Amino acid sequence: MITKRIIPCLDVKDGRVVKGVNFAGLSDVSSPVELGKYYSDCGADELVFYDITASSEGRALFTDILREVASTIFIPLTVGGGINTLEDFDRVLKCGADKVSVNSGAIRNPQLISEAAKRYGDQCVVISADVKRVDGVFRVFSKGGRENTGMEAVEWIRRCVGNGAGEVVLNSIDTDGVKRGFDLEMLEAVCNAVSVPVIASGGAGCIDDFKTLFKALPGVDAGLAASIFHFGEVKIPDLKRALAREGIPMRM
Amino acid sequence: MIAIVDYGVGNLFSLKSSFAEIGADVTVTSDAEVIRAAEKIILPGVGAFGDAAEKLRQSGLDKVVIEETQKGKHLMGICLGMQLLFEKSFEYGENDGLGLIKGSVRPISDVIPKDLKIPHIGWNQLSFGKSKHPIFKYLDEGDCVYFVHSFYGAECDESVIATTEYGAALTAAVASANVCGCQFHPEKSGKAGLSILKAFCEL
Repeated sequence: MITKRIIPCLDVKDGRVVKGVNFAGLSDVSSPVELGKYYSDCGADELVFYDITASSEGRALFTDILREVASTIFIPLTVGGGINTLEDFDRVLKCGADKVSVNSGAIRNPQLISEAAKRYGDQCVVISADVKRVDGVFRVFSKGGRENTGMEAVEWIRRCVGNGAGEVVLNSIDTDGVKRGFDLEMLEAVCNAVSVPVIASGGAGCIDDFKTLFKALPGVDAGLAASIFHFGEVKIPDLKRALAREGIPMRM
Repeated sequence: MIAIVDYGVGNLFSLKSSFAEIGADVTVTSDAEVIRAAEKIILPGVGAFGDAAEKLRQSGLDKVVIEETQKGKHLMGICLGMQLLFEKSFEYGENDGLGLIKGSVRPISDVIPKDLKIPHIGWNQLSFGKSKHPIFKYLDEGDCVYFVHSFYGAECDESVIATTEYGAALTAAVASANVCGCQFHPEKSGKAGLSILKAFCEL
């Protein structure tokens, strides 16, 4: 049976891992290479790297770091952040990424997904959506959660999958950094709308939050988190053992 | 030296890094002479079967790979590289493979329940059946490896050396004499995957 995946996410800025609360107030956490290796060794099923660097010098630095990470860890690696063109796909795939996550780039140019899926295969293209409730409606936000696009989120995600996105990362801005659990209501709406893997992101504070996620929503394939892993509040081996005890299929 | 055959399909960075990690002497090459001089051969591949088979033929390396394996050299196909070992595939029409493994490549949608997601993507368990092939000597029944595929090896019962359960027992690995192949990605399967590559090096 296919296992549920536990995925640490590393936000990288100018070559260092950072994590914001509600996407603001970033603080330096650690080296991407060390942290990536640490997670790979302790049983993470996959790693996500988001490049939140704005400058082109920072981008080049990120590419170097990515190559270093990819040559030391041997689990699937997803890269996002600043992916706007097919050349950006090419750049990170050549450095060892397995999947490429698009967010604002797909909002600006919806054809990006279909073109990338055609060239690299659906399994390579991940749509990452930052979603927040506005007057009771799920809305897609761009630019790292700062700008309301006005688009309804479930319909947007459905369209992206229709265009060839092979996986969805759903980041709930409402629960991100709050540590009171994943956004089950939002996740359920997306799981019901698409037939590709859905990765839950935003809100995990403790082991029980993952238990609740996988028990309540069998359609969710993976749980993603950052700071609780980086600061050791939840240790991945403990988490996976606890979930396995609950009968949730885990790679041990 | 192990030759990873580069015929213009996919990204060989991780595969090369994996062999480096286990201390193997590996070369990514499209040079027939290098492949002939190698002790073992890796046939990688991602993407669509038809395109890859065509590129392999155009490169002329298909003949080199077949000739070298006929001399007894060990060959491992990985993911689409495993599928290319088969006689033919039904992905987007019908295309011929290398014919080193008896059987055909068919869509997993033929055999799995409709409610399961395609591609089969993620970590899944290996089951070895009665006897364990030498490439799995460091693994235990039920160890997980990483899969990404929508097609599977069919009609190949006598060559199956591992299966994985995804609504049906799908072919996870095949072997026939000195030729073997993994549907999953050993280079993305953590310690379990590295141990398979190590065992292959030790054949």
